[in-house]
Amino acid sequence: MVKRLSHLLVPLIAIILGLAAGALIMLVSGYSVASGYSALWNGIFGEIYYVGETIRQITPYILSGLAVAFAFRTGLFNIGVEGQLLVGWTAAVWVGTAFDGPAYIHLPLALITAAAAGGLWGFIPGILKARFYVHEVIVTIMMNYIALHMTNYIISNVLTDHQDKTGKIHESASLRSPFLEQITDYSRLHLGIIVALLAAVIMWFIINKTTKGFELRAVGFNQHASQYAGMSVRKNIMTSMLISGAFAGLAGAMEGLGTFEYAAVKGAFTGVGFDGIAVALLGGNTAVGVVLAACLLGGLKIGALNMPIESGVPSEVVDIVIAIIILFVASSYAIRFVMGKLKKKGAN
Amino acid sequence: MDIVQILSIIVPATLVYAAPLILTALGGVFSERSGVVNIGLEGLMIIGAFTSVLFNLFFGPELGAATPWISLLAAMAAGALFSLIHAAAAISFRADQTVSGVAINMLALGATLFIVKLIYGKAQTDKIPEPFYKTKIPGLGDIPVLGKIFFSDVYYTSILAIALAFISWFILFKTPFGLRIRSVGEHPMAADTMGINVYKMRYIGVMISGLFGGLGGGVYASTIALDFTHSTISGQGFIALAALVFGKWHPIGALGAALFFGFAQSLSIIGSLLPLFKDIPNVYMLMAPYVLTILALTGFIGRADAPKANGVPYIKGKR
Repeated sequence: MVKRLSHLLVPLIAIILGLAAGALIMLVSGYSVASGYSALWNGIFGEIYYVGETIRQITPYILSGLAVAFAFRTGLFNIGVEGQLLVGWTAAVWVGTAFDGPAYIHLPLALITAAAAGGLWGFIPGILKARFYVHEVIVTIMMNYIALHMTNYIISNVLTDHQDKTGKIHESASLRSPFLEQITDYSRLHLGIIVALLAAVIMWFIINKTTKGFELRAVGFNQHASQYAGMSVRKNIMTSMLISGAFAGLAGAMEGLGTFEYAAVKGAFTGVGFDGIAVALLGGNTAVGVVLAACLLGGLKIGALNMPIESGVPSEVVDIVIAIIILFVASSYAIRFVMGKLKKKGAN
Repeated sequence: MDIVQILSIIVPATLVYAAPLILTALGGVFSERSGVVNIGLEGLMIIGAFTSVLFNLFFGPELGAATPWISLLAAMAAGALFSLIHAAAAISFRADQTVSGVAINMLALGATLFIVKLIYGKAQTDKIPEPFYKTKIPGLGDIPVLGKIFFSDVYYTSILAIALAFISWFILFKTPFGLRIRSVGEHPMAADTMGINVYKMRYIGVMISGLFGGLGGGVYASTIALDFTHSTISGQGFIALAALVFGKWHPIGALGAALFFGFAQSLSIIGSLLPLFKDIPNVYMLMAPYVLTILALTGFIGRADAPKANGVPYIKGKR
């Protein structure tokens, strides 16, 4: 129980320290902290439209967080979620524009294609790790850039005739829902949130309730022990990266089939994949934690857009806050160390 | 078009784009040789580019032609200071070094853009008044053929970058200090037993990466970008990381890789001028650095192995 508490406490302390740092930065730069943070709050909860936009942003965050967390559980660091997301996005839009059919076939087909494309993109580093012992961090970073340039090329040369944006996907592949848009004052909220929550349940189920999940976790804890227990470390590494990539691909589908309904040539990454690292870390790499952390990060990101409008504070202050939260969670040793010192003092 | 003419287009362009990559990759070599993974090179470049641009804008009118050089010093100092965050997290607080590097990148971009908006009220600075200019190197530029290709249309910073690669090689492989850096990256416990302060050496390694990363970013900003926006540094740090891996964690290897990647980058600008490369779609040259790095890691182009203790926090007394 005590251990459980400290698992919760570290992220909470990190969040508080991050927000405190944000306050300090606003103070030093001559802004009002109260109006800055109240603008942030209003940017999330102030209007039903903002709530809708926040949930829309949470959707890909849950999936990219799940992708990072799933690989983490097998002891793998999938920093390539960004690339897998782009590949999934492009694949989803390809299916959405090239085919037609009833929605109950077309939409799942687009989602599955996105997951498969992302999974494949994650599988490559997985296979390189399993067969050639190449560290997945460098490979996934490289795969990010390959994905960026490749999808840009495909969008402008294969999906379109030298355009920098594809056409809109057919309605039968769209996740948009007039109902959800209506109740949120015409935000871009779409049905993807259901897909994301389902994915969280699936991750929880695979990791905690199946033999495969047990194996994946075992490999994450100790490769040698699992090897001697008769598990195939290689197979588990590849499986883990495949599933992780599939989650990331779905995150791309959320953007391609829901938020934007098209794919466009990009000059830089979306950032959703990198933020997924923060989500996973903050959520302790569990399904429930990821959903909660995605809510926090999605809220911060959307709320930040209101900050310059209402209080004049540049929205980047939130990026700084998020970066500091990650730094503190990663440096949890320091937080635990200080907490231990404080406890000892209390005991004396 | 004869070969000298082609080379005198390719070589100078390559040198321009390679210089920031060489410098940043060298920084990465020091950090990773000491055992600290540095995904944060991108962030260090951002800090360097930002500092040099602001310095140039503020002091350019007074300092005149010396400004870009002094701004590079400022960029190096800022980079070294900023790298301390990564060093503290990775070395003292035993953070996951990849995670801390990712956080460094986010922090660098967020903090610099915040300050730019604070000063200029928009997400872009003005153009710097005192950039570096391409020059003909006196003496060397007059050598027939070679002078025309290598020294007649070049930035001094490119020459500096190449020189620093050799100096780094000398420091890492021919001095006691270099041996210490390498030893704490290969087997920190053995180094500790021999009386080397592992933590100190690693802090120095990371701070050197800050110096070099800042310099790399500063050079990019004052030769190529000439202002600072959110996209001034977009991926160069990661290409430098690729160069360092492709160069097998060796300064000269990193130099060669960075030159090649610089060539690949410059082709997207000058490719249309060249007969041979006109027909190759740009996308292949853009992807080349990353694909080659993966192939190198896989062992298809000579195996690249990281320093043994790279990425592992050193905990005294732990076996």
